[in-house]
Amino acid sequence: MISFIIKGLMRDRHRSLFPIIMVTIGVFITVFFQAFMGGFLTDMVDSTARFSSGHVKIMSRAYADNSDQVPNDLALTGVNKIMDDLKRDYPKMDWVKRIQYGGLLDIPDENGETRSQATVAGMGVDLLSPGSSELKTLNISNSVVSGRLPENPGEILVSDDMAKRLGVNLGENATLISSSMYGSMAIYNFTIVGTIRFGIEMMDRGAIITDIGDIQLALNMEDATGEILGYLPEGAYNDIEAQKIVDSFNAKYTNDENEFTPVMATLRSVSGLSDYLDLANNMGATIAFVFVIIMSIVLWNAGLLGGLRRYGEVGVRLAIGERKRHIYLSLIYESVFIGLVGTVIGTTIGLTGAYFMQKYGLDLSGAMKNVNMMIPLVFKSKITPATFYIGFFPGLGATMLGTALAGVGIYRRQTASLFKELET
Amino acid sequence: MKNGQLITIQNLIKDYPVGRGFFRALNDINLTIGEGEFAGLIGPSGSGKTTLLNIIGSLDVPTKGEAKVLGQSIGNLNTRQSAKLRNHSLGFIFQTYNLLPVYNVFENVELPLLLLKMSKDERRKLVDQALDWVGLQDKRKSRPPQLSGGECQRVSIARAMVKSPQIVLADEPTANLDAKNSHNILQTMEKLNEELKTTFIFATHDDKVIQYLHRKISLDDGHVVNDEQIKKQ
Repeated sequence: MISFIIKGLMRDRHRSLFPIIMVTIGVFITVFFQAFMGGFLTDMVDSTARFSSGHVKIMSRAYADNSDQVPNDLALTGVNKIMDDLKRDYPKMDWVKRIQYGGLLDIPDENGETRSQATVAGMGVDLLSPGSSELKTLNISNSVVSGRLPENPGEILVSDDMAKRLGVNLGENATLISSSMYGSMAIYNFTIVGTIRFGIEMMDRGAIITDIGDIQLALNMEDATGEILGYLPEGAYNDIEAQKIVDSFNAKYTNDENEFTPVMATLRSVSGLSDYLDLANNMGATIAFVFVIIMSIVLWNAGLLGGLRRYGEVGVRLAIGERKRHIYLSLIYESVFIGLVGTVIGTTIGLTGAYFMQKYGLDLSGAMKNVNMMIPLVFKSKITPATFYIGFFPGLGATMLGTALAGVGIYRRQTASLFKELET
Repeated sequence: MKNGQLITIQNLIKDYPVGRGFFRALNDINLTIGEGEFAGLIGPSGSGKTTLLNIIGSLDVPTKGEAKVLGQSIGNLNTRQSAKLRNHSLGFIFQTYNLLPVYNVFENVELPLLLLKMSKDERRKLVDQALDWVGLQDKRKSRPPQLSGGECQRVSIARAMVKSPQIVLADEPTANLDAKNSHNILQTMEKLNEELKTTFIFATHDDKVIQYLHRKISLDDGHVVNDEQIKKQ
């Protein structure tokens, strides 16, 4: 009887090929969507952490109160000692200094007169120290469009879009006009050695990347920095872990009234992403769950219809004396087979798609020219352990459930009724 | 079972629920059908012949009265017992053949034997024999869509006969066939009845079938109105 069922399954495309295709498509969509949603929702948090907030951020109290203005006149001082303390107290964390600044970038002609000029949003990061984690954190090496990374003091990277707007070439000089930590005008000459594109519109519009040593010098911020960012060892933001570190760090300064006292805050509290983090934590699972339910209903119906269209066969098998229970179980076994094959194929295709989406992403920069949020322009998926098994819920579970329900109809129907249907 | 009586029906009533009331499909039926009969339940549509055939085939149960088939009271059988009765002792022939289209002729005929736990060799021998009876050896590898209506019905007969059942129930077996094929089919069944002593019971209102019957049990409005033995020369 088993070989009889297998023969039927192999020969009847309505029983095997078409349901398998349907399950495959459903599972593929579920798996890919889950990975895409996971990637989409964590990308924004990840970008914000890498470029702006870290997983935790240390500022002076006064700086923190006005952080939207990036007030470098309220920067942290005595930073080298603070960094040593942080590395000692939280050795697993990665700690980096950052200085964000604004200003004008002036491109001179051969006579030293202004040829072109643009407002810039600059970022001073550690580019030159051996073993600096910043190149990796900001993915700078892969973001260079032309030229090279700074290797010597006085060398900078500018955004590729801005370089084109300014008509500036590699190797040319550029003058940063900004204000120093003490409020005076700061003018500093750099050499442009590369152009860069991060894939984040807000950054790509007018960013310059300088070594932190250079910018400390340019803005009179020796042993000072605007911010110190900390990154958790796993590389992903974890609200609970971050809050523990914040609580333990801030406890040391509770009684200090000085406005330049360092204060630490989590990504959630400094980035304005608290609602988004909640969304990412809850909605990712919720959306995936809703999608699984929808796909389950589709595949359940497919299973149901598959069962119903076989009433004729069921009638014949009853006539030859096969028991209802035996027929019911054989339908279930078939659906398990169909569900398994479809789920494995669908999951494989979904994972393949998600892998390429994770590696190369979907570039939507053309459609997001005026976005001011730290949103990545290249949408990427994220494969998690759930990506490997989520397809089994609609693929195997729903297909089997649909067949089981159709089978219950067969089971409960009067045998004579099935025969009547056999004749129609 | 006494004196070769395979089927005994006494005071049988069958009601179907309709809305809050019921519809009486069979009313006070009394019948006996013996071994080797070639009998027909004849009557117009709605006369109750298919309902009676279904009860004899243990596909339905009486509301009142008793229907005994091969000594077993149909109303008292559980699903396992009624399946066993159909499996071992009854064969069915349908108006629309109901062959499984993805299986070839050999496999369709073999199907009832798969439940009887026979060896492959035994099954092959019995299927070959059944195909010989209906003259379809040359079509054994063909699938139903490749066969004519008459050939499909002959496969259906082979499928019903392959396990040598004591009773074959045929519901309007010629309804979808032309006159020539109908006669061929009926001659085949008559021959099997004579040679194997299998009891054939038809439900029909087709004159072509009626002229072959050895016994005509006429039904009208759920009652047996006439029961006539025909002497064949």
